Amino acid sequence: MDLAYGADYDAFREEVKAFIRDHKHRQPQPGDGLRSQALKDWQSVLIEHGYHSRTVPRDYGGYGAEPDIIKSRIISEEFGAERVHRGFNGQGVTMLTPVLLEMGTEEQKQAFVSPTINAEIIWCQGYSEPGAGSDLASLTTKAELDGDEWVINGQKIWTSTAHHADWMFCLVRTEPDAPKHLGISFLLFRMDTPGIEIRPLVDMTGDANFNEVFFTDVRVPKNQIIGERGQGWQVANAVLGHERGSLATPDAATNRLNGVKRLMREESISGQPIIDNPVFRDRLMRLEGRVLAMQYNDMRLLSAKINKNQDVRLAKIIVKLIGTELRHEIECLGIDVMGEIGLSYGDNPHVKGLGSWQYQYMFYLGLIIGGGTSQIQKNIISERGLGMPKEPKMSAAEKAVKGA
Amino acid sequence: MEFGLSQDQLLLDDSVRKFLSAEVPLDAIRSLAAGEGSDASVWRGLADMGLAGVLIPEAHGGAEMGMLDAVVIAEALGYAACPGPFLSTAVMASYLLKEAGATDPLARMAAGEYRVGIAFSDVIGARKGQVTESDSKLSGQSLFAFDAEADAYLVALADGQVLMIEASEVKRASLTTIDKTRSVCELTFDASPACLVTDDMALVKQAILRGRAVQAADTLGAAQYMLDQAVAYSLERKQFNRVVGSFQAVKHMCAEMASQLEPCRAFVWYAGHAFDEASDDAAVTACHAKAHLAEVGQFVAKTSTEVHGGMGFTDLLGLHYWFKRIGFNRQLLGSPEAVRQEAAVLQGLCD
Repeated sequence: MDLAYGADYDAFREEVKAFIRDHKHRQPQPGDGLRSQALKDWQSVLIEHGYHSRTVPRDYGGYGAEPDIIKSRIISEEFGAERVHRGFNGQGVTMLTPVLLEMGTEEQKQAFVSPTINAEIIWCQGYSEPGAGSDLASLTTKAELDGDEWVINGQKIWTSTAHHADWMFCLVRTEPDAPKHLGISFLLFRMDTPGIEIRPLVDMTGDANFNEVFFTDVRVPKNQIIGERGQGWQVANAVLGHERGSLATPDAATNRLNGVKRLMREESISGQPIIDNPVFRDRLMRLEGRVLAMQYNDMRLLSAKINKNQDVRLAKIIVKLIGTELRHEIECLGIDVMGEIGLSYGDNPHVKGLGSWQYQYMFYLGLIIGGGTSQIQKNIISERGLGMPKEPKMSAAEKAVKGA
Repeated sequence: MEFGLSQDQLLLDDSVRKFLSAEVPLDAIRSLAAGEGSDASVWRGLADMGLAGVLIPEAHGGAEMGMLDAVVIAEALGYAACPGPFLSTAVMASYLLKEAGATDPLARMAAGEYRVGIAFSDVIGARKGQVTESDSKLSGQSLFAFDAEADAYLVALADGQVLMIEASEVKRASLTTIDKTRSVCELTFDASPACLVTDDMALVKQAILRGRAVQAADTLGAAQYMLDQAVAYSLERKQFNRVVGSFQAVKHMCAEMASQLEPCRAFVWYAGHAFDEASDDAAVTACHAKAHLAEVGQFVAKTSTEVHGGMGFTDLLGLHYWFKRIGFNRQLLGSPEAVRQEAAVLQGLCD
């Protein structure tokens, strides 16, 4: 056990601190939107110094550093501690760019990587469909080749940022006769292509965090495909693996828990500081124990990634399930300790502390469901983590009887 | 950066587990529970491997390892539901005697020849009047002293004094608890001659905190055993022409156990490591680890029993020995609520 990063890394940390000190004043301010010049400028500064798109090759507009998990971690720690803007990290940056670099043609990399990481092209992800949620591979939005163009018909749902996006990366069925996992392709197209209709999907928070997107005879050039026809499922899976862990980082949980702790120390109800209420205090401490478990689990995962000497398969696949449930409960405590004020929402002037407890409470319920529901996670954990069998497939005779 | 066990620790873990699977089969636990046999030979075997002296300096015949090593050992002991006084003699008493400079008994303790128990109930939570000291003589009663076979006891008084007393000087009555793999007793003192070890309450608290980290590890091991058994049983037992482990209801129970338990491994390692590094957060971490493992352990103990169906409730499988071991760890040295309260006090959240 050696939790120090070492002298070289201490020097690197000093570099990061110095960068933050010298450049912090240039970061975007609240209100600077996705299209603002302030965000684009900040993005350039970050890339130039290696604090964004750090490992994206220089030929494609990145910083071109060798992957170094510890350096990435130090950057996160320092930016997090100083609450410095991390730049634009939409789905194009976090999910599509790695795919392009891994599976795109040279032409595609040249065309898309640099504008994507520089926030000049904003992407949305077209995966889920009304009939294909947990069972994503059963998706039915189809693309048929007509001359030099794909013709797309169907519908996507849960498409965050569709209303802001310039382009979509999208899973479509191109081989209707192939087994379901082998009949999918990964297409890219502009969102202003005729035949695309976006409808905002207002969720329980009152915001439209997601959209529905409808396709009617949408024509897309044949070469806007990543990988081969029918390979789309492999491409998508590489990306989804990346998404799951990032939905529930222990650092964010720690920040929110500390927010509740501050609230409980600073606020009083009927003259009694909330922290003096032993029931609430015990709930706080119980959550703190759970957060600590996830923090040390995270350190173990980091170590395993660096040193490649531990089997952490199970430790990794439980993070989304445990992390999202934990966040939901932390937000719940933030509401409960405030009594009637806990009802407050949005612009209510009585909202206290970090605020947004009710919003986050609902938002995290969304994340318990999104990105693979808790029930799907439990299937994955029992099958891949514990070696338990998959649900047996119904025989043709059973299907006939049950009318499936 | 390396968050994990060293090669030496992996070897230690492996050799302890091999020894335990050979020397502590279920039949041995059953005999002990039936009041037949004793844990003496197992304890001697563990001492021969250096485990009784895990925290004792080499100069006094110990292995001079650290708390991270101690939690690795404790996890293996919990997995095997191994009887014996590891928590009391090898961890709490060894630590306290060493720090207090009372090194005389250490060599015999490391050799497995001298078991020093702990009688800390006046500090943990006094119930039946307190033990008093006058002129190096003890009077009163101490409950739940651990273990019942010790050669001597460290008795902690409410004011932080710790006195050592030979077992022959006290009236000792075994107390029946749920857990037959560890023994506790009631000590009655009647102007019994004892010897002052320290009057430093901080040392008592530190000994208790180390005990808690080790209990957390013991529960982790016991709960891991129960999870492994549940998965294995679910893959053997058939109903409706399928192994029951192919039903989602059962798979999800196992996934829930694994999801809660797996992060505890890193938590327990850190709890041990924090003492070795004298980190500021060692005390809070030990309290949280003890309380968190108590909760997760309880969930796993219940759920694993349920996965076994009716067989889980019977004596036939012996699964209940682990269920009870987890229950024992939950209460001894403070229930989760009490320990979490201490975690809050340590952070200055309340008095």
